[in-house]
Amino acid sequence: MSALKIKKGSNSHSAYNLRPNFSDVIERHTLAVLVENEPGVLARVIGLFSGRGYNIDSLTVAEVDHTGHLSRITIVTSGTPQVIEQIKAQLGRIVPVHEVHDLTVEGPSVERELAMFKVSGTGDKRVEALRLADIFRANVVDSTLETFVFEITGAPDKIDAFADLMRPLGLSDVARTGVAALPRGN
Amino acid sequence: MTRKMTGAKMIVQALIDQGVDTVFGYPGGAVLPIYDEVFQQNSIKHVLVRHEQGAVHAAEGYARSTGKPGVVLVTSGPGATNAVTGLTDALLDSIPLVVLTGQVPTFMIGSDAFQEADTVGITRPCTKHNWLVKDTDKLGAVLHEAFHVAISGRPGPVLVDIPKDVQFATGTYTPKKPSTSHYQPPVKGDMEEITELVAAIEHARRPVFYTGGGVINSGPAASQLLRELVEATGFPITSTLMGLGAYPASGDKWLGMLGMHGLYEANMAMHDCDLMINIGARFDDRITGVVDLFSPKSKKAHIDIDPSSINKIIRIDIPIVGDVGHVLEDLLKVWKSRGRKTNSEAVGKWWKQIEEWRAVNCLKFEQSGKIIKPQYALSRLEALTKKYDRYITTEVGQHQMWAAQYLRFEDPNRWMTSGGLGTMGYGFPASIGVQMAHPDALVINVAGEASWLMNMQEMGTAMQYGLPVKQFILNNERLGMVRQWQELLHGERYSQSWSESLPDFVKLAEAFGAKGIICSDPDDLDDAIMEMLNYDGPVIFDCLVEKHENCFPMIPSGKAHNDMMLSGANTQGMIDAKGSVLV
Repeated sequence: MSALKIKKGSNSHSAYNLRPNFSDVIERHTLAVLVENEPGVLARVIGLFSGRGYNIDSLTVAEVDHTGHLSRITIVTSGTPQVIEQIKAQLGRIVPVHEVHDLTVEGPSVERELAMFKVSGTGDKRVEALRLADIFRANVVDSTLETFVFEITGAPDKIDAFADLMRPLGLSDVARTGVAALPRGN
Repeated sequence: MTRKMTGAKMIVQALIDQGVDTVFGYPGGAVLPIYDEVFQQNSIKHVLVRHEQGAVHAAEGYARSTGKPGVVLVTSGPGATNAVTGLTDALLDSIPLVVLTGQVPTFMIGSDAFQEADTVGITRPCTKHNWLVKDTDKLGAVLHEAFHVAISGRPGPVLVDIPKDVQFATGTYTPKKPSTSHYQPPVKGDMEEITELVAAIEHARRPVFYTGGGVINSGPAASQLLRELVEATGFPITSTLMGLGAYPASGDKWLGMLGMHGLYEANMAMHDCDLMINIGARFDDRITGVVDLFSPKSKKAHIDIDPSSINKIIRIDIPIVGDVGHVLEDLLKVWKSRGRKTNSEAVGKWWKQIEEWRAVNCLKFEQSGKIIKPQYALSRLEALTKKYDRYITTEVGQHQMWAAQYLRFEDPNRWMTSGGLGTMGYGFPASIGVQMAHPDALVINVAGEASWLMNMQEMGTAMQYGLPVKQFILNNERLGMVRQWQELLHGERYSQSWSESLPDFVKLAEAFGAKGIICSDPDDLDDAIMEMLNYDGPVIFDCLVEKHENCFPMIPSGKAHNDMMLSGANTQGMIDAKGSVLV
């Protein structure tokens, strides 16, 4: 604690932050943002998060409608309910943003992520890695005598669990796409 | 109808089609083709400023005094980077601007070419939106969309970056037509919320209107509707710095400005009210003081065209997203149809309380002796210019707050000041922009000597275009507001807040061919002000004032509205360690 009683590591980096805490509970939300596919649009979205001190836990972006020039940005973010509301409102006022959906509150949704894991090892460890990959329905997409590259798709916590299991078995590299999400049903 | 023309010609054509009559700018290598087209036409006046920051502030002055977007034309690299302060200023105060920048040719972008800067990258966070146009065929449509974005919804600055080869190339011009873009912010408020606000108005015992720049931005009709609403309900009204003039200062419901240097009665009414009706203001930290203690007993309604303003700082009970003019129209309609009810007995009692606060007379000061008090200087300026339809700009600091306290505004669009960003150097170029838009009006920039020096090069512009802007400088040879905070918060250690070697402002005026007036005696002040008003041309008025005067009332950092300092007598220990972190 400094003389000015600013907590170390607190979210309020600035003396300007006079916000009340409407609720202290940090929530994790998945936002789907439909944007005009124009140069700089991703920089605008990311710049909003960094400029206003919001968190990005995961971010994916790709064009989803070539004729309509639309891209879909899926952002997993966390903050108090008031901060989440503010993030949505701020995203909504970016000019090339068409729609902002909070999948966490707009009804049930399905979230998936793709990841690739390189595992190096020989002997029992190699066999065990292959066995576990089978249980997790991960595919082998590359193989040498010392390494496997597994491809796994699923909810982020399933991928986390797989990573935890692979670590003692010689996990050397990880590539994750980040979350893609859609609402269930109509 | 489509026509073939060069990109440069397209730019001028688009400006004409948008009804632009004045452009503020400065030429350079990357905009020469555009300047060539400017040379060959008579529809648009070009004002050559002396620094690109001046161009942007001048365009802001033009925009704020007319309600039309201000237009700026500057070159690439340093031209664009010099415009950044003005863009940020306009973004924070929601001023519509269209800024056109030249760029190195498309095939050289990214090569660190001469006068190349990543203009769209640099200005992304300080514009509402920006574009880099790489295809001449798209230029016309982008320019028209730029105007649409600048003025739609919450207004703001936009920037179009145009590489030099795009200016030279020939393409097809897309003429102006109603915008088909997806960006169409709704202007009508939700009727259910409006009806809820009407019900709150009917039952309120201690109501207050808290209005802001959104009323001005919504246009003169919104100010008229606001006046009608205030008169019909009889509720008291206060305003932010940005909203002065929307309701006339001569109106008997007027409490004066609120906030850090606002009036005692305005801040007390905000603290003790039971219904706060925020119309086009944004709960800025200069207004709220410490938010935990902000107006603890009130139900709060908020009318704002920008949904992100609502619940950003203060929790709102009745949120209404919409344009002030449209919402007030519907609000009045519903309120009238339900029988124009208010709790007049309770509101009468509320007014009695307010009258007690008013009786404190928080703006009183004593002019005695041979040194001019800044408050006295502004009171005399007010008295002597009252009969004019006058436009006031300011710089930033103590003089700005005194101007907001002692000058009285009867109409919207007459008060141009840098509110959100607090940009020293804003007022002088802004006064040039205002005078360009209103050639026959009295335009005065109330300044401090330190702020004024930040853009003093614009004297050249004022002289070149014969703009009779009056520079009313309250000269205390100090950075007055910095000095005040050092006195209150930093043990009277006046670090770097004293300007030595100030120019002789009379000689400075004369060097530019303008008139200089110096006044140091309160007995001479009226005559000197009259001399300024009667001179047909730019004037620098060097008003030597009390050097250590502090600006009161003041809500110290970290305190609530009902915890104001009314004078310098009770400043000891008012600001604690927690408050001193705040700006």
